[in-house]
Amino acid sequence: MTAAAEVLLRGTDISRRWGGLVAVNKVSLALARGTVHAVIGTNGAGKSTLINILSGEIPPSGGTVQLLGQDVTAWSQPKRARAGLGRSYQRNTIYPGFSVFENCRLAAQARTQKPWWWWQNAQHCPASTAAAHAAATRAGLDDQLDRPAGLLSHGQKRQLEIAMCLATAPEVLLLDEPLAGMGAEETERMLALLAELKSAHAILLVEHDMDAVFRIADTITVMVNGAVIASGSPDFVRNSHEVQAAYLGGH
Amino acid sequence: MMADTHSRSRFAFVALCLAALAVYPLAAGSYGLDLVTKIMVYAIFALSLELLVGATGLVCFGHAAFFGIGAYAAVLLAPGYEPVSLGWLLPASVGAAALYALFMGALSLRTQGVYFIMVTLAFAQMAYYVVHDTPLGGGTDGIYLDAKPVLAAGGNTLIDLDQPLAIYFFTLACLAAVFIFLAVLLRSRFGRALAGIKANEQRMRATGFSTYPYKLAAFVISGAIAGLAGFLFGVKDGYVNPELLSWHLSGAVLIMIILGGLGHLRGALIGAFAFALLQEFFKSEAIFGDFAKHWHLGLGLAIIASVALLPNGLVGLPALWRQRLLGKPVTGRGAPSAGDTP
Repeated sequence: MTAAAEVLLRGTDISRRWGGLVAVNKVSLALARGTVHAVIGTNGAGKSTLINILSGEIPPSGGTVQLLGQDVTAWSQPKRARAGLGRSYQRNTIYPGFSVFENCRLAAQARTQKPWWWWQNAQHCPASTAAAHAAATRAGLDDQLDRPAGLLSHGQKRQLEIAMCLATAPEVLLLDEPLAGMGAEETERMLALLAELKSAHAILLVEHDMDAVFRIADTITVMVNGAVIASGSPDFVRNSHEVQAAYLGGH
Repeated sequence: MMADTHSRSRFAFVALCLAALAVYPLAAGSYGLDLVTKIMVYAIFALSLELLVGATGLVCFGHAAFFGIGAYAAVLLAPGYEPVSLGWLLPASVGAAALYALFMGALSLRTQGVYFIMVTLAFAQMAYYVVHDTPLGGGTDGIYLDAKPVLAAGGNTLIDLDQPLAIYFFTLACLAAVFIFLAVLLRSRFGRALAGIKANEQRMRATGFSTYPYKLAAFVISGAIAGLAGFLFGVKDGYVNPELLSWHLSGAVLIMIILGGLGHLRGALIGAFAFALLQEFFKSEAIFGDFAKHWHLGLGLAIIASVALLPNGLVGLPALWRQRLLGKPVTGRGAPSAGDTP
């Protein structure tokens, strides 16, 4: 990563306490356009809590979040999303009853909400239908547009999660385990998609698939018990003694 | 496309229902006319709740408050023996209900799930006890509307709601207008956002929708329509009492939309008719003799049976028949329903 890389999202000293438990402890990270920044760690290390704080779903106990140079720590989640922060969830959160297209169209509508245009059919909004088509095509779902989302395969549902993120035209993507439960072929397809998205976005990737992480990530942050124990290039992390001791099991 | 055929047949069904209601007075006596007017009022009321429960996923258990406020406003704002103008009494009554919905929604929408149900019930009970225990609306005795509103222009009376036929057609026009308004609304961006909130509110927020204002707007629109139904009810009977705000009525209207089939506007229409006709049936002494005074029991059993046998409500019947007769798969509860509004 060059020093000139444009930082789109920056978290500084982010902490989150639940009573006596410190789920996230003074974590700082910077996401730059054109890079994939992976966060790895065992279950319960605080990765999802970190994503939830960055996206605004839960407030931090301490620290700040900056999006595109603005302090957004006090912003609600929808406001951050409209400002260019897209996220996907560990579980599928697609709308199963809607078609693939409608899932994407509704997501795209977030950018052109116009709720008071009550007489106009939502399908007749060119801005959101065009964005939906583009997002579905980009995520490789253009041949599934009319299918009910609930009937997609698991891998396709994960692709749809990404498509719904893309439909909102985000600058930053926070992806919570996009590869979870995927077969080898689906994983390859998703990695190709992420590599393609990387050029235009800053991507935070929380993932358990280590092979995939070491292949695609430019920076890897390792969390244990809510704290960062190592952060740097894949080679640096692979060779770090702390990481080997705490997480990779010494191989 | 199959979806087109379906939406066309749904449209045809609703248009047929409205047409049948338009010619019904030719065949009806005064009892039938009054009964069907009452059912149409219930249908408007059920449609208002369908917007919240079926379309937005917000189970409101205090909807009678808006109905009652609309009815009481119609009477309290027209106190004299001179008929007042429909032109302002109707908007004022609807506005009163909408205002209470704004107050109730603003606070209750901060809660979710079962808490929301309980808080809406509590707000409705508050309104109930205001009319029940204060002299404002005649207390438990209720209060009479001495002169029904009229709509006049240039010295000619256009609508005189004292005439049973006039109130019948006025109610029918309101029902058609509300149905069309909601059908259009639910297809709009606003309506699709409500559908998204029902399906997964968390995801909607992550996508960039501030969901609270959407829910509050739906709540106020719903309260206003319930107020319209209450207004019509108060004017039709010329008498209001606290029972119009009671939780029994909030429960009855919930049963109507469940009976008809949640998630479909025509379900509210069908549910209101089914509920009222079942009630008439079990109350009939000609059929049940002395047992008719226990009509609650029969009605309750019939509702339990229909909910158990028809998980998608009465609107699910055609699909069920298709399945039985032709062996085609039935569209289940979680099945695709994108754009499935009317």
